[in-house]
Amino acid sequence: MRFLFKTGYEQDVRLFQHGGQVFSYGLLAVVLVLAPWWAGDYFMSQLHFIAIYSIVGFGLMMLVGFTGQISLGHAAFLAVGAYTEALMQAAGVPFVISISCAALFSAVAGIIVGLPALRLKGIYLAIATLAFNVIVEEIITRWESLTGGNSGKHLKPVELFGIKLDTDTSFYYLCLGLTVLCALACANLLRSPTGRAFVAIRDSEISASCLGVDLAWYKTMSFAFSAALTGVGGALYAHKLAFISPEQFTLFVSIELVTIVILGGIGFLHGAVLGSAFVIVLPQLISIAKDWLPGGLVPTGLQAVVFGVILILFIIFEPLGLYGRWLKVRTWFELFPFYRRGMFRRQKSYMKSERLR
Amino acid sequence: MSFFKVENLGIRFGGVVAVDNVSFEVKRGEVFTIIGPNGAGKTTIFNLIGLLYPASSGRILYEDRELTGFAPHRVAELGIARTFQNIELFEHATVLQNLLIGRHRHRSTSLWQELVFTPGVRRAEVAHREAVEKIIDFLELAKVRDTLVVGLPYGVRKVVELGRALATDPKLLLLDEPSSGLNPEETDDMAFWIEDIKKHLGITVLMVEHDMNLVSRVSDRVLALNMGIAIAEGTPAEVQAHPKVIEAYLGAPV
Repeated sequence: MRFLFKTGYEQDVRLFQHGGQVFSYGLLAVVLVLAPWWAGDYFMSQLHFIAIYSIVGFGLMMLVGFTGQISLGHAAFLAVGAYTEALMQAAGVPFVISISCAALFSAVAGIIVGLPALRLKGIYLAIATLAFNVIVEEIITRWESLTGGNSGKHLKPVELFGIKLDTDTSFYYLCLGLTVLCALACANLLRSPTGRAFVAIRDSEISASCLGVDLAWYKTMSFAFSAALTGVGGALYAHKLAFISPEQFTLFVSIELVTIVILGGIGFLHGAVLGSAFVIVLPQLISIAKDWLPGGLVPTGLQAVVFGVILILFIIFEPLGLYGRWLKVRTWFELFPFYRRGMFRRQKSYMKSERLR
Repeated sequence: MSFFKVENLGIRFGGVVAVDNVSFEVKRGEVFTIIGPNGAGKTTIFNLIGLLYPASSGRILYEDRELTGFAPHRVAELGIARTFQNIELFEHATVLQNLLIGRHRHRSTSLWQELVFTPGVRRAEVAHREAVEKIIDFLELAKVRDTLVVGLPYGVRKVVELGRALATDPKLLLLDEPSSGLNPEETDDMAFWIEDIKKHLGITVLMVEHDMNLVSRVSDRVLALNMGIAIAEGTPAEVQAHPKVIEAYLGAPV
């Protein structure tokens, strides 16, 4: 077991709390940087997706996990990012600018969606964002002159400062680099006043506002930031697929994104990565399982069913998701043999004062 | 210049007049207590001051500035902090994090600086922690500073909430029933702290309280309310002896 002796305020502010963390993140970094040498083509492609989904996951985690606002319309921000990238690349705009614009336009869309969030809560906000998703999907289907409608848009490989990133390896490093940057941005935000304001809004809006947190401003900012990250993810997603059409930004994708956050572990940045990995790997496991099942027994909607069942099981048995499970496992080892069953049980909270709004 | 003044404050919910034409003035550096039986409108006055409810009539003046019409968060920015009767802490955060959110009105960094965590942000964060640590010392919370609020007993939460309000470095502190749910020993501590807050931190306290021992021990002046109407104002002893107050609590002699 590790005991941290605090000798300065600097220590609390640091990104890595102790040498063990530096070591394990360092190891992870080395493994990931060396991935092109140990991973096959297929696995590399999976890693692309995990990186891209992680960026989107970070965005959604900031909104859902840290600000406590629900969104069932994140595929719309993904679409805004993807189409911005596709159109700008077609117009010959350099990648650095086009991906910034993807983030910017998504953020603007986020602000627009964030406006109803100032008045709506819970299920009503979910419905409003869901409607937004449907609207955006409809717009990109119908606005054929701009988006190509159902026939979609093709993208060329990324060209960064004149270097074509058309191999799996080079694109992988781009995705990995951006994922790390986004993770750092989120982590930095969370250890500064803005991040604390987000968490305050999540836990108690009423006392947040009594402590001087401008609810409207921070909720809007959270939506914008979340959408911006999703836009970046969308731009990379477009490049990864090389072809985008409205079908890739349906409601089902939005739900899949929420699944990432819930399975990964709400309220943990790590959860976004674990959730993405899970969501990417699961369909592969299902298709492997299909080969083992007798032919007649495989229903057509197997994947959706398995997803649904897993989501329900997680919500009932492990509300903190994969990362929460990992924390428990780690604590078990750290405290061995003194781990108690009830250690992570949530206590019933005391009566809250009358809800004013 | 008056420090804090409420003039003809009133609010009605439909046909119910919860607070009716209440006026009082709090002087800088005193402890002013509002007492009254259940449903007298004490907490409602706090919610009106915090602008959580829009007042139906009257004005709230703080340092000669009219508060009515501001957004709720502006009240805190001007230096008015409050606690809640039933505790509204950020439960899934540690005590330290709760107090740090109290520092929100003293933030000095922009979003862009925070995203890259510039040395300026780092310095500001360390400064916030120093300020918060003083409050942790003051309220003797060192033992629980890194504990999640969910796991804390009620009495400690009450103190944490007081600490969070103090972390905003307020000029006026509104305490909504600071002793409710506390045992006699904890109430005693609370009385000490309220006295210290007044004497050593120089913060003016406006409080709602039922425990008359605590009230007479710490308050300079008391206002008694009944059914939304102010019935008596004066020193604790004066108010306690006032016939209307006795009538409000015990009923009129037949």
